[in-house]
Amino acid sequence: MNGAKPFDWRHTPGLSAYTALIFVFFYAPLLILVIYAFNSSRLVTVWSGFSFKWFVAVANNGAIRDAAFNSVIIAIVATIASTAIATAGALALERGRLRFGRGAATALIAMPLVVPEIVVAITTLIFFSGLGMHHGLINLMIAHTVFCIPFALLPIQARLRDMGGTLEEAGRDLYADEWRLFRRVTLPLLLPAISAGAIMAFVVSLDDFLISMMVSSAGSTTLPVYIYGMMRLGVTPEVNAISTILLAVSIVFVAAALLIGRRNKLA
Amino acid sequence: MAFEAVSMQSRNVPVMIDIHSVSKSFVTRDADPVHALKDVNLEIYDNEFFTLLGPSGCGKTTLLRLIAGFEAPSSGAIRIAGNDVAALPPQKRPVNTVFQSYALFPHMSVAENVAFGLEMQNAPKALIDERVREALEMVRLEGFATRRPSQLSGGQQQRVAVARALAPKPSVLLLDEPLSALDLKLRKGMQSELKRLQRETGITFVLVTHDQEEALAMSDRIAVMRSGDVLQVGTPRDIYDNPQDRFVADFIGESNLLPGAALGRDPAKTIVVRPEHIVVSPVADGTKGHATGAVSAITFLGSDTLYEVVLEEGAKLHSRSRGGASLSTGDRVVVDWAHSVERELAN
Repeated sequence: MNGAKPFDWRHTPGLSAYTALIFVFFYAPLLILVIYAFNSSRLVTVWSGFSFKWFVAVANNGAIRDAAFNSVIIAIVATIASTAIATAGALALERGRLRFGRGAATALIAMPLVVPEIVVAITTLIFFSGLGMHHGLINLMIAHTVFCIPFALLPIQARLRDMGGTLEEAGRDLYADEWRLFRRVTLPLLLPAISAGAIMAFVVSLDDFLISMMVSSAGSTTLPVYIYGMMRLGVTPEVNAISTILLAVSIVFVAAALLIGRRNKLA
Repeated sequence: MAFEAVSMQSRNVPVMIDIHSVSKSFVTRDADPVHALKDVNLEIYDNEFFTLLGPSGCGKTTLLRLIAGFEAPSSGAIRIAGNDVAALPPQKRPVNTVFQSYALFPHMSVAENVAFGLEMQNAPKALIDERVREALEMVRLEGFATRRPSQLSGGQQQRVAVARALAPKPSVLLLDEPLSALDLKLRKGMQSELKRLQRETGITFVLVTHDQEEALAMSDRIAVMRSGDVLQVGTPRDIYDNPQDRFVADFIGESNLLPGAALGRDPAKTIVVRPEHIVVSPVADGTKGHATGAVSAITFLGSDTLYEVVLEEGAKLHSRSRGGASLSTGDRVVVDWAHSVERELAN
């Protein structure tokens, strides 16, 4: 080369086609799933007109309603419990008297994020059987709470670290005792991060399949587990419709978490 | 002398903060402990504008944090208004702080920020409202009560921080490098503002700064610190005229530190003379002086002219005189000063 033009990755030949292809792989299946949820035919692969009838069928299916109700209840309980525990944990890690070992403690708490989920699912199942706990929904709530904690903890801990300790020092300097300092200064400043953590926990709980699959029993089926069961009898447009609903709920919550996170940074 | 000025005051004025033999070491993970303060003794009087002055790392901020209660001393005692505060957390001390970063609560309005301390003291609503109005008036931010800190300029945020710290009427106001984030013009303005506030409120102000000009301009008394030690305490005049230490002489204002040998005197001594006290005249005039040399550089400073003179013995000195340059580079000159303005310090 004569060195006239320095290397610029943005001008790699075929870059835009390659990028487009990646997006197609990401979103085409989702798009097809959503489109066929509105298909009036019973066949999943043949389009024969627009219809809401599969959504109506889902709404009228008692078993799906029960599974959806279980999922939402479990998600709500797991969200509240895991966010509360995560907030306390983040405060202890960032503001507690611990002098050393913060990094190790954080790594231990975040570990479930990298441990293969099937391992967590099996160990959770064995743990409950070993204890002789067969409480259906309660088992699920406990399992979900546990695996939601790291998802809720990380944003809260990051926010505490960004904030630094000076605002809390200012509060103490201005005569606030520990409780009022928390209520008037720390908690309001932490609220965006707590909401973001809670939304993450909610979505993770709602979408969880493997752990729920192992831990759930008859009568405590969650929605993803139920959908899997439906699929084994053959894919019907009902599955498309219920998946579309789940997808929509997840997108709304994740978008909310992102928006709150952005406002958090601006503040 | 410094000593006389201090002892005269202590007879009449009650001591507000008594720092008695205070040391502070920080334990670190890998290195040896850091000794931030070494056996510091200080008395800060009531209704005084007191400044802790020194380069970064001298321990001045650590001392401020010990007074506020954010850190505990490794040894020694701190008394505020006669009470030992060792066991008191920051929220129980009659002390408020203006933080270097201001540390305004971003989720509260200006008025809510200023009201915070009084609210935490469970003051009645009517009193809080009155004090908030008063405090905002004092810092000239009457119209800004409902704004958020993020909607204010740096200088305005600084004044909110001062109002917030003054509103509960503490016995002592601590100011941690409060002006360092402001530009030069604002800084000059705030210097006189803070001095006025101190006079008006009668509260003891303790200022931490590394800016000697700021310290000289604002303080009733200054403590000059270096690496955990207090080197000298005195009025600005005192410290400027009678530095008792080479470091103080060099750090406060501009000084010529001349080796005794260069002036044909005791080589174990350093002679300290301020540039404005040195008179430079051509050798041809026939005046006698302390030494002769040659002008090596001339700097025009507006109202003054700064001459750099290299003495025959090799030492270099600066002389500052009023008006324009009457000499030129290379001129052979005699340098002279009155004996009363020089200080002789051990090397």
